[in-house]
Amino acid sequence: MSISIQDVEHVAKLARLDLSEEEKQTYMKQLNAILQYADKLNELDTDQVEPTSHVMELVNVTREDERRSSWPIEQVMKNAPEEDEGQFKVPAVLD
Amino acid sequence: MSMTGTKYETVIGLEVHVELHTQSKIFCGCSTSFGAPPNTHTCPVCLGHPGVLPVLNRQAVDFAMKAAMALNCQIADVSKFDRKNYFYPDSPKAYQISQFDQPIGENGWIDIEVDGETKRIGITRLHLEEDAGKLTHVDGGFASLVDFNRVGTPLVEIVSEPDLRSPEEARAYLEKLRAIMLYCEVSDVKMEEGSLRCDANISLRPYGQEKFGTRAELKNMNSFRGVQRGLEYEQWRQAEVLDEGREVVQETRRWDDAQGKTISMRGKEESHDYRYFPDPDLVRLHIDEAWKERVRTTIPELPDARKQRYTEQFGLPAYDAGVITASKKLADFFEESLQYTGDAKAVSNWIMGDLLGHLNANNLEFEDVSITGQGLGEMIGLIEKGTISSKIAKTVFKEMLDSGKTPQTIVEEKGLVQISDEGAILGIVKQVIERNPKPVEDFRSGNDKAVGFLVGQVMKETKGKANPGLVNKLLQKELRS
Repeated sequence: MSISIQDVEHVAKLARLDLSEEEKQTYMKQLNAILQYADKLNELDTDQVEPTSHVMELVNVTREDERRSSWPIEQVMKNAPEEDEGQFKVPAVLD
Repeated sequence: MSMTGTKYETVIGLEVHVELHTQSKIFCGCSTSFGAPPNTHTCPVCLGHPGVLPVLNRQAVDFAMKAAMALNCQIADVSKFDRKNYFYPDSPKAYQISQFDQPIGENGWIDIEVDGETKRIGITRLHLEEDAGKLTHVDGGFASLVDFNRVGTPLVEIVSEPDLRSPEEARAYLEKLRAIMLYCEVSDVKMEEGSLRCDANISLRPYGQEKFGTRAELKNMNSFRGVQRGLEYEQWRQAEVLDEGREVVQETRRWDDAQGKTISMRGKEESHDYRYFPDPDLVRLHIDEAWKERVRTTIPELPDARKQRYTEQFGLPAYDAGVITASKKLADFFEESLQYTGDAKAVSNWIMGDLLGHLNANNLEFEDVSITGQGLGEMIGLIEKGTISSKIAKTVFKEMLDSGKTPQTIVEEKGLVQISDEGAILGIVKQVIERNPKPVEDFRSGNDKAVGFLVGQVMKETKGKANPGLVNKLLQKELRS
Protein backbone atom coordinates (compact mmCIF):
# COMPACT_ATOMS: atom_id res chain seq x y z
CA MET A 1 0.00 0.00 0.00
CA SER A 2 1.31 3.43 -0.85
CA ILE A 3 0.19 6.98 -0.25
CA SER A 4 -0.55 9.22 -3.24
CA ILE A 5 -0.64 13.00 -3.40
CA GLN A 6 -4.44 12.73 -3.43
CA ASP A 7 -4.32 10.78 -0.16
CA VAL A 8 -2.15 13.47 1.40
CA GLU A 9 -4.52 16.17 0.20
CA HIS A 10 -7.50 14.26 1.59
CA VAL A 11 -5.94 13.74 5.01
CA ALA A 12 -4.80 17.37 5.09
CA LYS A 13 -8.32 18.50 4.34
CA LEU A 14 -9.75 16.36 7.13
CA ALA A 15 -7.18 17.83 9.52
CA ARG A 16 -7.88 21.37 8.25
CA LEU A 17 -4.25 21.76 7.17
CA ASP A 18 -3.26 24.03 4.33
CA LEU A 19 -0.21 22.45 2.70
CA SER A 20 2.09 23.85 0.03
CA GLU A 21 3.00 21.62 -2.94
CA GLU A 22 6.42 21.15 -1.39
CA GLU A 23 4.95 20.06 1.95
CA LYS A 24 2.63 17.61 0.22
CA GLN A 25 5.66 15.96 -1.39
CA THR A 26 7.49 15.83 1.95
CA TYR A 27 4.54 14.29 3.77
CA MET A 28 3.87 11.82 0.99
CA LYS A 29 7.43 10.52 1.33
CA GLN A 30 7.32 10.45 5.12
CA LEU A 31 3.95 8.74 5.29
CA ASN A 32 5.06 6.12 2.78
CA ALA A 33 8.18 5.47 4.81
CA ILE A 34 6.07 4.98 7.93
CA LEU A 35 3.72 2.58 6.17
CA GLN A 36 6.63 0.62 4.72
CA TYR A 37 8.03 0.26 8.19
CA ALA A 38 4.70 -0.97 9.47
CA ASP A 39 4.59 -3.38 6.52
CA LYS A 40 7.30 -5.36 8.25
CA LEU A 41 4.56 -6.67 10.53
CA ASN A 42 3.01 -8.41 7.54
CA GLU A 43 5.98 -10.72 7.51
CA LEU A 44 4.66 -12.27 10.72
CA ASP A 45 1.92 -14.86 10.80
CA THR A 46 -0.79 -13.31 13.01
CA ASP A 47 -3.60 -15.72 12.18
CA GLN A 48 -3.73 -16.98 15.74
CA VAL A 49 -3.32 -13.56 17.39
CA GLU A 50 -6.29 -11.61 18.73
CA PRO A 51 -6.39 -8.01 17.48
CA THR A 52 -5.08 -5.68 20.16
CA SER A 53 -7.33 -2.72 20.91
CA HIS A 54 -5.43 -1.70 24.01
CA VAL A 55 -1.94 -2.38 25.28
CA MET A 56 -3.01 -2.51 28.93
CA GLU A 57 -4.27 -5.74 30.46
CA LEU A 58 -6.78 -3.77 32.54
CA VAL A 59 -10.51 -4.16 31.88
CA ASN A 60 -13.71 -2.63 33.32
CA VAL A 61 -12.25 0.52 34.81
CA THR A 62 -15.35 2.42 35.85
CA ARG A 63 -16.59 4.91 38.42
CA GLU A 64 -19.80 5.29 40.42
CA ASP A 65 -22.45 7.63 39.04
CA GLU A 66 -21.63 10.49 41.41
CA ARG A 67 -21.57 14.20 40.72
CA ARG A 68 -18.44 16.19 41.39
CA SER A 69 -18.07 19.94 41.19
CA SER A 70 -17.60 21.48 37.79
CA TRP A 71 -15.20 24.32 37.11
CA PRO A 72 -16.10 27.92 37.94
CA ILE A 73 -17.32 29.65 34.80
CA GLU A 74 -14.42 32.19 34.94
CA GLN A 75 -11.96 29.32 34.76
CA VAL A 76 -13.84 27.70 31.88
CA MET A 77 -13.88 30.95 29.92
CA LYS A 78 -10.11 31.39 30.13
CA ASN A 79 -9.85 29.15 27.09
CA ALA A 80 -12.50 30.92 25.04
CA PRO A 81 -11.05 32.74 22.01
CA GLU A 82 -13.98 35.10 22.41
CA GLU A 83 -16.70 35.10 25.05
CA ASP A 84 -20.31 36.14 25.08
CA GLU A 85 -22.21 35.91 28.37
CA GLY A 86 -20.64 32.67 29.52
CA GLN A 87 -20.52 31.09 26.08
CA PHE A 88 -17.68 30.37 23.68
CA LYS A 89 -18.03 32.59 20.63
CA VAL A 90 -16.75 31.07 17.40
CA PRO A 91 -17.05 31.83 13.69
CA ALA A 92 -20.31 30.45 12.32
CA VAL A 93 -20.29 27.00 10.86
CA LEU A 94 -23.06 26.68 8.34
CA ASP A 95 -24.98 23.45 8.23
CA MET B 1 -49.00 13.19 -0.90
CA SER B 2 -50.22 9.64 -0.89
CA MET B 3 -50.22 9.13 -4.66
CA THR B 4 -46.91 7.31 -4.42
CA GLY B 5 -48.69 4.26 -3.06
CA THR B 6 -48.79 2.08 -6.13
CA LYS B 7 -45.53 2.48 -7.99
CA TYR B 8 -42.72 2.60 -5.46
CA GLU B 9 -41.97 0.83 -2.25
CA THR B 10 -40.63 3.06 0.53
CA VAL B 11 -37.70 1.80 2.58
CA ILE B 12 -36.90 3.53 5.88
CA GLY B 13 -34.35 2.94 8.61
CA LEU B 14 -34.13 5.07 11.74
CA GLU B 15 -31.19 6.17 13.86
CA VAL B 16 -32.45 7.14 17.27
CA HIS B 17 -30.46 8.83 20.02
CA VAL B 18 -31.64 8.48 23.59
CA GLU B 19 -30.04 10.44 26.46
CA LEU B 20 -29.53 8.26 29.51
CA HIS B 21 -30.58 9.95 32.70
CA THR B 22 -27.57 9.32 34.86
CA GLN B 23 -26.71 11.84 37.58
CA SER B 24 -23.28 12.61 36.16
CA LYS B 25 -21.75 12.60 32.68
CA ILE B 26 -20.40 9.49 31.01
CA PHE B 27 -16.68 10.24 31.50
CA CYS B 28 -16.59 12.88 34.28
CA GLY B 29 -18.49 13.94 37.39
CA CYS B 30 -20.24 17.00 35.90
CA SER B 31 -24.01 17.14 36.32
CA THR B 32 -26.25 16.10 33.42
CA SER B 33 -29.24 18.18 34.52
CA PHE B 34 -31.05 20.16 31.85
CA GLY B 35 -31.39 23.95 31.81
CA ALA B 36 -28.36 25.16 33.84
CA PRO B 37 -26.62 28.43 32.84
CA PRO B 38 -24.29 27.82 29.85
CA ASN B 39 -20.96 26.08 30.52
CA THR B 40 -21.49 25.78 34.28
CA HIS B 41 -21.57 21.98 34.06
CA THR B 42 -18.13 21.60 32.52
CA CYS B 43 -14.67 20.55 33.63
CA PRO B 44 -11.29 19.84 31.99
CA VAL B 45 -12.44 16.33 31.01
CA CYS B 46 -15.59 17.26 29.12
CA LEU B 47 -13.97 20.42 27.76
CA GLY B 48 -11.30 18.25 26.18
CA HIS B 49 -8.28 19.82 27.84
CA PRO B 50 -4.96 18.12 27.12
CA GLY B 51 -3.77 15.45 29.52
CA VAL B 52 -7.09 14.61 31.14
CA LEU B 53 -8.33 11.08 31.61
CA PRO B 54 -11.94 10.02 31.05
CA VAL B 55 -13.30 7.39 33.46
CA LEU B 56 -16.41 5.46 32.45
CA ASN B 57 -19.64 5.86 34.44
CA ARG B 58 -20.79 2.32 35.31
CA GLN B 59 -24.44 3.38 35.54
CA ALA B 60 -24.33 4.49 31.90
CA VAL B 61 -23.13 1.02 30.88
CA ASP B 62 -25.85 -0.63 32.98
CA PHE B 63 -28.52 1.60 31.41
CA ALA B 64 -27.23 0.89 27.89
CA MET B 65 -27.24 -2.86 28.60
CA LYS B 66 -30.73 -2.63 30.05
CA ALA B 67 -32.01 -0.75 26.99
CA ALA B 68 -30.30 -3.21 24.65
CA MET B 69 -31.79 -6.20 26.46
CA ALA B 70 -35.26 -4.66 26.39
CA LEU B 71 -34.82 -4.37 22.60
CA ASN B 72 -33.93 -8.07 22.43
CA CYS B 73 -30.29 -7.41 21.49
CA GLN B 74 -27.44 -9.81 22.09
CA ILE B 75 -25.11 -8.24 24.61
CA ALA B 76 -21.42 -8.12 23.77
CA ASP B 77 -18.98 -10.17 25.83
CA VAL B 78 -16.26 -7.68 24.96
CA SER B 79 -17.00 -4.07 24.15
CA LYS B 80 -14.79 -1.02 23.65
CA PHE B 81 -14.83 2.69 22.92
CA ASP B 82 -13.53 4.34 19.77
CA ARG B 83 -12.81 7.89 18.71
CA LYS B 84 -14.93 9.29 15.91
CA ASN B 85 -12.94 12.18 14.47
CA TYR B 86 -14.52 15.32 13.07
CA PHE B 87 -14.16 19.07 13.38
CA TYR B 88 -17.22 20.91 14.55
CA PRO B 89 -17.52 23.53 17.29
CA ASP B 90 -20.00 21.45 19.29
CA SER B 91 -17.20 18.94 20.01
CA PRO B 92 -14.31 20.39 22.04
CA LYS B 93 -11.99 17.41 21.55
CA ALA B 94 -12.49 17.28 17.78
CA TYR B 95 -13.59 13.69 18.30
CA GLN B 96 -16.56 12.01 19.88
CA ILE B 97 -16.06 8.97 22.08
CA SER B 98 -18.36 6.39 20.56
CA GLN B 99 -18.34 2.68 19.72
CA PHE B 100 -17.43 1.40 16.28
CA ASP B 101 -17.13 -2.35 15.84
CA GLN B 102 -17.92 -3.68 19.31
CA PRO B 103 -21.17 -2.05 20.40
CA ILE B 104 -22.92 -2.96 23.65
CA GLY B 105 -25.79 -4.70 21.83
CA GLU B 106 -26.52 -6.15 18.38
CA ASN B 107 -29.18 -8.06 16.44
CA GLY B 108 -32.29 -7.04 18.36
CA TRP B 109 -35.90 -6.45 17.36
CA ILE B 110 -39.17 -4.96 18.47
CA ASP B 111 -42.72 -5.59 17.31
CA ILE B 112 -44.84 -2.71 16.08
CA GLU B 113 -48.50 -2.59 15.20
CA VAL B 114 -49.90 -0.64 12.27
CA ASP B 115 -53.54 -0.99 11.14
CA GLY B 116 -53.99 -3.97 13.43
CA GLU B 117 -51.07 -5.87 11.87
CA THR B 118 -48.05 -6.80 13.94
CA LYS B 119 -44.67 -6.45 12.28
CA ARG B 120 -41.20 -7.23 13.59
CA ILE B 121 -38.56 -4.53 13.03
CA GLY B 122 -34.91 -5.50 13.30
CA ILE B 123 -32.46 -3.52 15.39
CA THR B 124 -28.97 -3.60 13.96
CA ARG B 125 -27.14 -2.28 16.98
CA LEU B 126 -27.21 -0.19 20.12
CA HIS B 127 -24.06 1.59 21.17
CA LEU B 128 -22.98 3.95 23.90
CA GLU B 129 -21.48 7.37 23.19
CA GLU B 130 -21.20 10.91 24.50
CA ASP B 131 -23.44 13.78 23.48
CA ALA B 132 -22.16 16.98 21.84
CA GLY B 133 -22.60 20.61 22.90
CA LYS B 134 -25.26 23.06 21.83
CA LEU B 135 -24.75 25.81 19.24
CA THR B 136 -26.73 29.01 18.96
CA HIS B 137 -26.25 31.09 15.85
CA VAL B 138 -25.90 34.85 16.41
CA ASP B 139 -24.68 38.05 14.71
CA GLY B 140 -26.84 37.53 11.67
CA GLY B 141 -25.43 34.07 11.17
CA PHE B 142 -21.77 35.11 11.26
CA ALA B 143 -20.97 33.73 14.71
CA SER B 144 -22.05 30.85 16.91
CA LEU B 145 -22.20 30.60 20.69
CA VAL B 146 -21.22 27.28 22.22
CA ASP B 147 -22.62 25.81 25.43
CA PHE B 148 -20.76 22.65 26.47
CA ASN B 149 -23.11 21.63 29.31
CA ARG B 150 -24.52 18.79 27.22
CA VAL B 151 -21.10 17.51 26.12
CA GLY B 152 -20.53 14.14 27.75
CA THR B 153 -24.14 13.34 28.56
CA PRO B 154 -24.40 9.59 27.97
CA LEU B 155 -26.35 8.60 24.88
CA VAL B 156 -27.34 5.36 23.29
CA GLU B 157 -27.67 5.30 19.53
CA ILE B 158 -30.17 2.72 18.32
CA VAL B 159 -29.96 1.82 14.64
CA SER B 160 -32.83 -0.04 13.01
CA GLU B 161 -32.63 -2.34 10.02
CA PRO B 162 -34.19 -0.84 6.86
CA ASP B 163 -37.36 -2.77 7.69
CA LEU B 164 -39.81 0.11 7.86
CA ARG B 165 -42.04 0.50 4.79
CA SER B 166 -44.01 3.67 5.48
CA PRO B 167 -43.89 6.90 7.51
CA GLU B 168 -46.67 5.44 9.70
CA GLU B 169 -44.52 2.42 10.49
CA ALA B 170 -41.60 4.72 11.30
CA ARG B 171 -43.74 6.65 13.73
CA ALA B 172 -45.11 3.48 15.33
CA TYR B 173 -41.54 2.18 15.73
CA LEU B 174 -40.41 5.41 17.36
CA GLU B 175 -43.37 5.45 19.73
CA LYS B 176 -42.76 1.84 20.68
CA LEU B 177 -39.09 2.56 21.28
CA ARG B 178 -40.02 5.49 23.50
CA ALA B 179 -42.48 3.38 25.51
CA ILE B 180 -39.83 0.70 26.08
CA MET B 181 -37.26 3.28 27.23
CA LEU B 182 -39.84 4.74 29.64
CA TYR B 183 -40.65 1.30 31.01
CA CYS B 184 -36.94 0.68 31.56
CA GLU B 185 -36.53 4.07 33.23
CA VAL B 186 -33.23 4.76 31.51
CA SER B 187 -34.33 8.09 30.02
CA ASP B 188 -37.17 10.59 30.15
CA VAL B 189 -37.23 10.45 26.29
CA LYS B 190 -38.67 13.89 25.62
CA MET B 191 -38.38 14.94 21.99
CA GLU B 192 -38.97 18.61 22.90
CA GLU B 193 -35.99 18.62 25.27
CA GLY B 194 -33.85 16.59 22.92
CA SER B 195 -33.51 13.54 25.14
CA LEU B 196 -34.99 11.57 22.22
CA ARG B 197 -33.73 12.44 18.73
CA CYS B 198 -34.38 10.77 15.43
CA ASP B 199 -32.64 10.77 12.04
CA ALA B 200 -33.96 8.73 9.13
CA ASN B 201 -32.65 7.10 6.00
CA ILE B 202 -35.31 6.88 3.31
CA SER B 203 -35.25 5.57 -0.24
CA LEU B 204 -37.73 4.39 -2.86
CA ARG B 205 -37.57 1.43 -5.22
CA PRO B 206 -40.01 0.05 -7.79
CA TYR B 207 -42.11 -2.75 -6.32
CA GLY B 208 -40.46 -6.09 -6.92
CA GLN B 209 -36.94 -4.66 -7.13
CA GLU B 210 -34.60 -6.11 -4.57
CA LYS B 211 -31.85 -3.50 -4.68
CA PHE B 212 -32.43 -0.45 -2.52
CA GLY B 213 -32.78 2.92 -4.22
CA THR B 214 -30.47 5.85 -3.45
CA ARG B 215 -31.26 7.17 0.00
CA ALA B 216 -31.47 10.57 1.59
CA GLU B 217 -30.68 11.13 5.25
CA LEU B 218 -33.25 13.27 7.04
CA LYS B 219 -32.42 15.37 10.09
CA ASN B 220 -34.12 17.89 12.36
CA MET B 221 -37.42 16.12 12.89
CA ASN B 222 -38.22 17.31 16.39
CA SER B 223 -41.54 15.66 17.16
CA PHE B 224 -43.33 12.38 16.46
CA ARG B 225 -45.56 14.23 14.03
CA GLY B 226 -42.50 15.89 12.48
CA VAL B 227 -40.95 12.47 11.82
CA GLN B 228 -44.04 11.26 10.03
CA ARG B 229 -44.54 14.49 8.07
CA GLY B 230 -40.87 14.75 7.11
CA LEU B 231 -40.87 11.19 5.81
CA GLU B 232 -44.16 11.70 3.97
CA TYR B 233 -42.75 14.76 2.26
CA GLU B 234 -39.51 13.02 1.34
CA GLN B 235 -41.42 9.99 0.02
CA TRP B 236 -43.40 12.29 -2.23
CA ARG B 237 -40.33 14.27 -3.32
CA GLN B 238 -38.33 11.20 -4.30
CA ALA B 239 -41.29 9.77 -6.22
CA GLU B 240 -41.49 13.04 -8.19
CA VAL B 241 -37.78 12.88 -8.97
CA LEU B 242 -38.05 9.27 -10.14
CA ASP B 243 -41.21 9.95 -12.13
CA GLU B 244 -39.40 12.69 -14.00
CA GLY B 245 -36.71 10.21 -14.94
CA ARG B 246 -34.08 11.92 -12.76
CA GLU B 247 -31.95 10.32 -10.08
CA VAL B 248 -32.21 10.78 -6.33
CA VAL B 249 -29.03 12.35 -4.99
CA GLN B 250 -27.47 10.77 -1.92
CA GLU B 251 -27.38 13.64 0.56
CA THR B 252 -28.40 14.91 3.96
CA ARG B 253 -31.62 16.90 4.05
CA ARG B 254 -33.06 18.99 6.85
CA TRP B 255 -36.78 18.90 7.66
CA ASP B 256 -38.21 22.42 7.95
CA ASP B 257 -41.33 22.04 10.03
CA ALA B 258 -42.63 25.56 9.41
CA GLN B 259 -42.26 25.31 5.63
CA GLY B 260 -43.35 21.67 5.64
CA LYS B 261 -40.53 20.50 3.39
CA THR B 262 -37.03 19.01 3.36
CA ILE B 263 -34.06 21.13 2.31
CA SER B 264 -30.70 19.90 1.07
CA MET B 265 -27.84 20.61 3.51
CA ARG B 266 -25.16 21.52 1.00
CA GLY B 267 -21.60 21.80 2.23
CA LYS B 268 -21.90 18.71 4.37
CA GLU B 269 -21.91 16.45 1.38
CA GLU B 270 -18.25 15.46 1.46
CA SER B 271 -18.33 11.81 2.32
CA HIS B 272 -17.93 11.06 6.01
CA ASP B 273 -14.47 9.94 6.93
CA TYR B 274 -14.39 9.64 10.68
CA ARG B 275 -11.18 7.59 10.96
CA TYR B 276 -12.43 5.59 13.93
CA PHE B 277 -9.76 4.10 16.15
CA PRO B 278 -9.82 2.59 19.65
CA ASP B 279 -9.67 5.25 22.35
CA PRO B 280 -6.36 4.66 24.13
CA ASP B 281 -7.66 6.46 27.26
CA LEU B 282 -10.34 3.85 27.89
CA VAL B 283 -9.79 0.17 28.50
CA ARG B 284 -12.00 -2.65 27.26
CA LEU B 285 -15.20 -3.80 28.87
CA HIS B 286 -15.52 -7.49 29.65
CA ILE B 287 -19.18 -8.16 30.28
CA ASP B 288 -19.59 -11.53 31.96
CA GLU B 289 -22.77 -13.51 32.53
CA ALA B 290 -23.09 -12.35 36.13
CA TRP B 291 -23.07 -8.70 35.06
CA LYS B 292 -25.60 -9.39 32.31
CA GLU B 293 -27.82 -11.27 34.72
CA ARG B 294 -27.66 -8.50 37.31
CA VAL B 295 -28.89 -6.00 34.71
CA ARG B 296 -31.46 -8.40 33.26
CA THR B 297 -33.22 -8.71 36.61
CA THR B 298 -33.86 -4.93 36.63
CA ILE B 299 -35.96 -5.04 33.45
CA PRO B 300 -39.64 -4.69 34.30
CA GLU B 301 -42.56 -6.26 32.46
CA LEU B 302 -42.49 -4.51 29.05
CA PRO B 303 -45.44 -3.03 27.13
CA ASP B 304 -46.14 -6.06 24.90
CA ALA B 305 -46.14 -8.52 27.79
CA ARG B 306 -48.27 -6.23 29.88
CA LYS B 307 -50.75 -5.76 27.04
CA GLN B 308 -51.11 -9.49 26.63
CA ARG B 309 -51.61 -9.94 30.35
CA TYR B 310 -54.36 -7.30 30.37
CA THR B 311 -56.27 -9.10 27.64
CA GLU B 312 -55.86 -12.49 29.28
CA GLN B 313 -56.17 -11.60 32.97
CA PHE B 314 -58.73 -8.80 32.78
CA GLY B 315 -60.47 -9.58 29.49
CA LEU B 316 -59.75 -6.13 28.06
CA PRO B 317 -60.10 -5.67 24.29
CA ALA B 318 -56.67 -5.74 22.62
CA TYR B 319 -57.06 -2.15 21.49
CA ASP B 320 -57.82 -0.84 24.98
CA ALA B 321 -55.01 -2.91 26.50
CA GLY B 322 -52.64 -1.49 23.87
CA VAL B 323 -53.60 2.12 24.60
CA ILE B 324 -53.31 1.72 28.37
CA THR B 325 -49.97 -0.12 28.31
CA ALA B 326 -48.40 2.28 25.78
CA SER B 327 -47.72 4.54 28.78
CA LYS B 328 -46.16 3.05 31.87
CA LYS B 329 -47.72 5.70 34.09
CA LEU B 330 -51.17 5.02 32.70
CA ALA B 331 -50.75 1.27 33.11
CA ASP B 332 -49.52 1.76 36.69
CA PHE B 333 -52.58 3.95 37.33
CA PHE B 334 -54.83 1.23 35.93
CA GLU B 335 -53.31 -1.35 38.25
CA GLU B 336 -53.45 0.95 41.27
CA SER B 337 -57.20 1.37 40.67
CA LEU B 338 -57.60 -2.40 40.73
CA GLN B 339 -56.44 -2.48 44.33
CA TYR B 340 -59.66 -0.67 45.19
CA THR B 341 -62.17 -2.28 42.83
CA GLY B 342 -62.44 -5.67 41.17
CA ASP B 343 -64.08 -4.27 38.05
CA ALA B 344 -61.18 -4.01 35.58
CA LYS B 345 -63.48 -3.33 32.64
CA ALA B 346 -65.08 -0.39 34.45
CA VAL B 347 -61.61 1.05 35.19
CA SER B 348 -60.60 0.56 31.56
CA ASN B 349 -63.79 2.22 30.34
CA TRP B 350 -63.27 5.26 32.55
CA ILE B 351 -59.68 5.55 31.30
CA MET B 352 -60.51 5.04 27.63
CA GLY B 353 -63.54 7.35 27.74
CA ASP B 354 -63.51 10.13 30.30
CA LEU B 355 -59.80 10.26 31.10
CA LEU B 356 -58.27 10.08 27.61
CA GLY B 357 -61.16 12.13 26.23
CA HIS B 358 -60.33 14.88 28.71
CA LEU B 359 -56.58 14.70 27.94
CA ASN B 360 -57.11 14.80 24.18
CA ALA B 361 -59.69 17.58 24.30
CA ASN B 362 -57.40 19.78 26.40
CA ASN B 363 -54.10 18.70 24.84
CA LEU B 364 -52.81 17.44 28.20
CA GLU B 365 -50.49 14.65 29.26
CA PHE B 366 -51.46 12.14 31.90
CA GLU B 367 -48.96 13.77 34.30
CA ASP B 368 -50.97 17.01 34.06
CA VAL B 369 -54.05 15.68 35.86
CA SER B 370 -54.34 15.03 39.59
CA ILE B 371 -56.52 11.91 39.70
CA THR B 372 -55.09 8.87 41.48
CA GLY B 373 -55.69 5.20 40.83
CA GLN B 374 -57.06 4.91 44.33
CA GLY B 375 -59.55 7.71 43.60
CA LEU B 376 -60.86 6.02 40.47
CA GLY B 377 -61.06 2.61 42.15
CA GLU B 378 -62.97 4.01 45.12
CA MET B 379 -65.30 5.99 42.87
CA ILE B 380 -66.24 2.80 41.03
CA GLY B 381 -66.89 1.26 44.46
CA LEU B 382 -69.29 4.11 45.27
CA ILE B 383 -71.20 3.40 42.07
CA GLU B 384 -71.37 -0.31 42.89
CA LYS B 385 -72.71 0.43 46.35
CA GLY B 386 -75.33 2.77 44.91
CA THR B 387 -73.95 5.78 46.81
CA ILE B 388 -73.66 7.71 43.56
CA SER B 389 -75.17 7.14 40.12
CA SER B 390 -73.04 6.70 37.01
CA LYS B 391 -74.20 10.10 35.92
CA ILE B 392 -73.08 11.78 39.14
CA ALA B 393 -69.84 9.84 38.86
CA LYS B 394 -68.99 11.85 35.74
CA THR B 395 -69.09 15.02 37.83
CA VAL B 396 -67.01 13.40 40.56
CA PHE B 397 -64.50 12.13 38.00
CA LYS B 398 -64.10 15.58 36.46
CA GLU B 399 -63.48 17.04 39.90
CA MET B 400 -60.89 14.35 40.69
CA LEU B 401 -59.02 15.19 37.48
CA ASP B 402 -58.71 18.81 38.57
CA SER B 403 -58.28 18.60 42.32
CA GLY B 404 -57.13 15.06 43.05
CA LYS B 405 -59.53 14.96 46.01
CA THR B 406 -60.94 11.61 47.08
CA PRO B 407 -64.35 10.74 45.66
CA GLN B 408 -65.81 10.58 49.19
CA THR B 409 -64.70 14.15 49.87
CA ILE B 410 -66.14 15.40 46.60
CA VAL B 411 -69.46 13.63 47.17
CA GLU B 412 -69.75 15.14 50.66
CA GLU B 413 -68.62 18.64 49.71
CA LYS B 414 -70.99 18.87 46.76
CA GLY B 415 -73.89 16.97 48.32
CA LEU B 416 -73.86 14.43 45.52
CA VAL B 417 -75.04 11.41 47.47
CA GLN B 418 -77.56 9.44 45.49
CA ILE B 419 -81.15 9.61 46.69
CA SER B 420 -82.20 6.07 47.43
CA ASP B 421 -85.00 6.96 49.78
CA GLU B 422 -88.16 5.48 48.23
CA GLY B 423 -90.46 7.99 49.85
CA ALA B 424 -88.54 10.98 48.54
CA ILE B 425 -88.36 9.59 45.01
CA LEU B 426 -91.99 8.50 44.98
CA GLY B 427 -93.13 12.06 45.65
CA ILE B 428 -91.22 13.32 42.62
CA VAL B 429 -92.40 10.40 40.48
CA LYS B 430 -96.00 11.33 41.23
CA GLN B 431 -95.36 14.98 40.34
CA VAL B 432 -93.75 14.02 37.03
CA ILE B 433 -96.66 11.72 36.12
CA GLU B 434 -99.10 14.49 36.86
CA ARG B 435 -97.23 17.07 34.77
CA ASN B 436 -96.72 14.88 31.72
CA PRO B 437 -100.06 13.43 30.67
CA LYS B 438 -99.06 12.83 27.04
CA PRO B 439 -96.08 10.49 27.65
CA VAL B 440 -98.04 8.81 30.41
CA GLU B 441 -100.85 8.17 27.96
CA ASP B 442 -98.36 6.88 25.37
CA PHE B 443 -96.91 4.45 27.85
CA ARG B 444 -100.27 3.18 28.97
CA SER B 445 -101.30 2.60 25.35
CA GLY B 446 -98.34 0.30 24.88
CA ASN B 447 -95.36 2.53 23.98
CA ASP B 448 -92.79 1.26 26.47
CA LYS B 449 -90.21 3.75 25.28
CA ALA B 450 -92.16 6.63 26.77
CA VAL B 451 -90.93 5.62 30.20
CA GLY B 452 -87.42 6.77 29.27
CA PHE B 453 -88.60 10.32 28.96
CA LEU B 454 -90.31 10.16 32.33
CA VAL B 455 -87.20 8.70 34.01
CA GLY B 456 -85.26 11.59 32.51
CA GLN B 457 -87.69 14.08 34.01
CA VAL B 458 -87.30 12.59 37.49
CA MET B 459 -83.51 12.65 37.14
CA LYS B 460 -83.70 16.28 36.06
CA GLU B 461 -85.84 17.17 39.09
CA THR B 462 -83.31 15.55 41.43
CA LYS B 463 -80.30 17.01 39.59
CA GLY B 464 -79.24 13.51 38.63
CA LYS B 465 -79.05 12.31 42.20
CA ALA B 466 -81.94 9.86 42.21
CA ASN B 467 -81.04 6.19 42.05
CA PRO B 468 -81.99 5.42 38.44
CA GLY B 469 -82.92 1.80 39.15
CA LEU B 470 -85.27 2.88 41.88
CA VAL B 471 -86.78 5.63 39.70
CA ASN B 472 -87.48 3.12 36.98
CA LYS B 473 -89.05 0.65 39.38
CA LEU B 474 -91.28 3.23 41.05
CA LEU B 475 -92.36 4.78 37.76
CA GLN B 476 -93.33 1.43 36.28
CA LYS B 477 -95.26 0.62 39.41
CA GLU B 478 -97.11 3.96 39.50
CA LEU B 479 -97.90 3.91 35.79
CA ARG B 480 -99.37 0.45 35.96
CA SER B 481 -101.43 1.12 39.05
